[in-house]
Amino acid sequence: MPAMEIPNAAALPADWRDLLALTKPRVMSLVVFTGLCGLLAAPELPPAVLGFTAILCIALGAGACGALNQWYEADLDAKMRRTAKRPLPAGRMDRQTALHFGVGLGAFSVILMGLAANWLAAGLLAVSILFYVFVYTIWLKPRTAQNIVIGGAAGAFPPLIGWVAATGQIAPLPLLLFAIIFLWTPPHFWALSLFVRSDYAAAGIPMLPVVAGVQNTRRQIFIYSLPMAAVAVAPWPLGLTGPIYGLAACALSAAFVVLTLPVLSNRASEPSRMAPEKRLFAYSVFYLFALFTALVVDRWIAL
Amino acid sequence: MNHEDEVVRRQRDRSRIMAWLLAAFVVLLFFITIAKIGINW
Repeated sequence: MPAMEIPNAAALPADWRDLLALTKPRVMSLVVFTGLCGLLAAPELPPAVLGFTAILCIALGAGACGALNQWYEADLDAKMRRTAKRPLPAGRMDRQTALHFGVGLGAFSVILMGLAANWLAAGLLAVSILFYVFVYTIWLKPRTAQNIVIGGAAGAFPPLIGWVAATGQIAPLPLLLFAIIFLWTPPHFWALSLFVRSDYAAAGIPMLPVVAGVQNTRRQIFIYSLPMAAVAVAPWPLGLTGPIYGLAACALSAAFVVLTLPVLSNRASEPSRMAPEKRLFAYSVFYLFALFTALVVDRWIAL
Repeated sequence: MNHEDEVVRRQRDRSRIMAWLLAAFVVLLFFITIAKIGINW
């Protein structure tokens, strides 16, 4: 494409690639995966097209959260190196477009979920979107270092929504899946926030390493990993899953806790010397994928 | 490419994508309806 002179990029209609970027596709992949696993772990499965639509709605709901988050945090994103190239801070889109896109996508996902699956799943999807936008993004994130602890609940909804979309009811296993992601979120995000601490500090976001210090955050990562591991293993002794999940959960969670130990003993404060934190962050993503994969494998082999 | 050409290109791109999405939505609604009838909605 030839070089072009655009005096005011925001005056242009938003490019579809920027609208797509607004939905944070990489974050969406984890949400979709856990939602799909919640659906596949349910004792009864809906017809394929309804299951597909339920997962599509979870993806669209997650996209709406991403868009509304970027709409609200455009000024903060501009101050952080990691987020400065997003469509709004980079000036490729105006804020109103992002707001309309986010609200439209969210409303559409909830209504479609209600029509295709059931209204309990739609209600949970609506609660998760509203919780993420109002409780996490607008209320907690700019105010308290506990933002991730409480706000993590928003990201914990997808497996519960997937299960409810399939069965129409809430049961103990999806509640435990909710608890796993809820307890996984703080160590996952704090590991990240340790090595991008200067970004958060520059933007004035009170993430734990900024407010309580690096060492305190490392201690909290270790402390939170213990109940997370316990809850991850819990479905097995409670008889809600079989040994495939149980053994996988034991091994994966033990490795998670072991990986928090070098983080705990690291004294470095420069990101370049935070290899243990980076390793833990990468493993935490793998951990969630592997744990939920084990859940589905366990459920389908038991059939 | 000048500013006006770029506006038209983006409008065209978005219209085309919106048309495909609407068509996909119609097909999805059709299959949802069939599936719902199948499970005695």
